[in-house]
Amino acid sequence: MDIDLITQVLFAAIKTGTPLLFIALGEAICEKTGVLNLGQEGMMLMGAVVGFMAAYGTGNAGFGLLGAMLIGMVMSLIFGFLVLHLGANQVATGLALTIFGTGLSAFIGSGVVGQTIAGFQPVYIPVLSDLPVVGKVLFSHDPLVYLAIALALVIAWVANKTRIGLTIKAVGENPNAANAIGIKVLRVRYLAVMFGGAMAGLGGAYMSLVYTPMWVENMTAGRGWIALALVVFASWRIGNIVLGAYLFGLASIMHLVLQGMGWSISPNLLAMLPYVATIVVMVIISADKFKEKLLAPRSLGKPFDPRQMA
Amino acid sequence: MKLKSLLVGLGLLAGVGAAQAADDPFKVGFVYVGPVGDLGWSYEHDRGRQELEKYFGDKVETTFVENVPEGADAERVITQLAKSGNDLIFSTSFGFMNPTLKVAKRFPKVTFEHATGYKRSKNMGTYVLRTYEGRYVSGVAAGMLTETNTIGYIGSFPIPEVIRDINSSFMAAKSVNPDVTMKIVWVNSWYDPGKETDAANALMDQGVDVLLQHTDSPAPLIAAEKRGKRAIGQASDQSSFAPTAHVFSVRDDWAPYYIKVTQAVMDGTYEPSDFWGGFQEEMLSLASINDNLPTDVRAKIDETYAKIKSGEFHPFTGPIKDNKGNVVVAEGHTLTDTELAQVNWYVEGITDEIPR
Repeated sequence: MDIDLITQVLFAAIKTGTPLLFIALGEAICEKTGVLNLGQEGMMLMGAVVGFMAAYGTGNAGFGLLGAMLIGMVMSLIFGFLVLHLGANQVATGLALTIFGTGLSAFIGSGVVGQTIAGFQPVYIPVLSDLPVVGKVLFSHDPLVYLAIALALVIAWVANKTRIGLTIKAVGENPNAANAIGIKVLRVRYLAVMFGGAMAGLGGAYMSLVYTPMWVENMTAGRGWIALALVVFASWRIGNIVLGAYLFGLASIMHLVLQGMGWSISPNLLAMLPYVATIVVMVIISADKFKEKLLAPRSLGKPFDPRQMA
Repeated sequence: MKLKSLLVGLGLLAGVGAAQAADDPFKVGFVYVGPVGDLGWSYEHDRGRQELEKYFGDKVETTFVENVPEGADAERVITQLAKSGNDLIFSTSFGFMNPTLKVAKRFPKVTFEHATGYKRSKNMGTYVLRTYEGRYVSGVAAGMLTETNTIGYIGSFPIPEVIRDINSSFMAAKSVNPDVTMKIVWVNSWYDPGKETDAANALMDQGVDVLLQHTDSPAPLIAAEKRGKRAIGQASDQSSFAPTAHVFSVRDDWAPYYIKVTQAVMDGTYEPSDFWGGFQEEMLSLASINDNLPTDVRAKIDETYAKIKSGEFHPFTGPIKDNKGNVVVAEGHTLTDTELAQVNWYVEGITDEIPR
C-alpha cells in the first residue's frame, strides 16, 4: 500500500464518516435528555430530498442545507408531539417515523429523480491544502466536513462546560429531580429532539448535496441506523463520537479498497463489520445491567409526565 | 327518502359489480427489488410495465410492489399478489427465485415469470437479458479508452450472471488492449448509491480510469464525472448524470417480452420457457453514445455491436481458459444458454478469486 493510496483512503474515511457524525451528534444530545429517537433514517431521507429540492430549485446549496435542517426539525416535532406530549412509546414512534420518512421522501422526490446539481465543492485553504499527505487528508474537503467538526467542538463544549449541558444531563439522568428544581423537562426534551432533527436533516443533505449530488429513493441506505449504534458505541461522549464516525467511515470503505488490491479475504465478512458492531451494541443497550456501565442516560426511553408528579 | 337512497346505492353497487364481471381485466403483478425511481434496473422493469398497460389499455390491470427484499419477505409479497387475483406475476430479481418457485407450487392457476433465474416449473418460466452482449461492447470501449491500462468493475453479488459479465467485459477489453488489467470490487448490494460511490472512488484511487458497474444507481458515473474519468451506464440511460464521463449506457427494454407473455397467457398458449433476449430482440440497446469519444473507439463500438446483433460473433466461443488454466469452453464450442447461466469461473488473466 503506497502513500498515495493511504492518503486517498484516509481522505475517503473522513468523507464517509461525516454524515454519520452529523446524525450521531444530534442523536447524542437527544438521548442525553432521555429521548431515544429511532427515526433518524426517516428524518435523514427527508433532509436529503428537501435539501436537494431546495438546492436544485434555488441553485444555491446553502438553501439546501437550510431546507434540510428545517424539514428535519418538522419531522422531529411530529415525533416529539407523540412521545413527549402524548406519551407514546419512543421505540415504536421512532420506527414509525423512519417508515413515514422513507415513503414520504420517495413521494415528494419523484419529480427530481435524475436531476443533478453542482453541490458543495472542496474548499482550498492556502498553505494547508498544499501540504503533502496531511493537506490531502485533512485540508481539501468540502465545507460541510469542517462544519461537522466545528459543531462537534461546540457541542462538546456546551455539553461539558456550560449550564445548558448540566440541564441536559439532569433531565436525562433524573427528570423528576430536574422537574423539582424547576427545570421544564418537556421543553428541554422538545428542544433536544428538534436539535436532533436538524442534525439528521444535515446528515441527509450531506448525502444528496455532497456525497452523491443527486436524489434517488432510499439513498441513505441505512446510515441512520449506523449512526444510532455509533452513539451507544461512543457511550454518549462527543469525542468518542467524532473518532467513531471516522472509524466507521474507514471500516465501510476499507473492504472496497482491499478488494481492489486483490485481497482474497471475503468481502462479505468485511462489509458486515459496521453492522455487526451495530447489532452487538444494540443488544447490549437493551440489557439494563450494561446500561450503567456504558454511561447511558438513566431515563433513556422512559416517558416523563409532569402531571403525574405530586 | 332514506330507503330510496339506499336502493339507489345498492343499485349502483350492483351495476358496478356487473360491469366488472363483464370485462374483468387481466391482472398482472410485478415485484421489484429496488425503488422504481432507481433510474436503473427496477426503473426499466417499471417502464416495461407501463408500456404493457399502454399496449393493452383496459384489458390489462397492473400492480407493482417495489423495494422488496430478497428472501422471506419476497415470498410474502408474491403470495399476496397471487391471492389478490393476479393472473400473471413477474418477479424481477435473482434472489426472488426460490420464493417465486414456492408460491408457484401453491397457486397452480397463476402464471409466474422470474427474471434472471434458472428454476422453472409447469406454471413458472424464466426470462433473462443477454447482458453479457452489452458488457462485451462496454469492455471493448473500456479497453480502448483506458490510459492507465486498468479498468474497474463494481460488482453486486458473485452470482453467475455477474461473473459471466465480468468475464465478457474482460475478454472484450483484452481483445483490443492486451496490456489491460481489471480490478473488481464487490459492494454486496444491488442498490446503495453511497457504497457505489465509495467503490468507484476506491477503484479510481488505485489507478482505474474506466468504470463498469453491475449495480443499479448512477452514483459511479457521478463519481467518475467529478474526477474526470470514464464510466459506462447500467440498465437505463444514465447520460444526464455524467455528460462528459459517460461512454454509453447499456439500456434494458423489457416491454416486448412483457407484452408477448401477457398475450400468450391471455390466449391460453403460454408454455413456461427459458427466454433470453439481447441486441437481436432489441431488449438491449446502446443508449446515448457520447459524442466526445474518439472516432476509432466509436467505430469499434458500432462494429462490435453489429457483429453481436447479427449473431456473427458470440463472446463465449471457445477456446476459453479459466484463470487456473483449465479449458472451460472447448475450441469450436459456444456456451449454450443453460451453460451461460452457470458460469462460475473467472477467465484467464483475472487475478482475483471469486468470493465464496
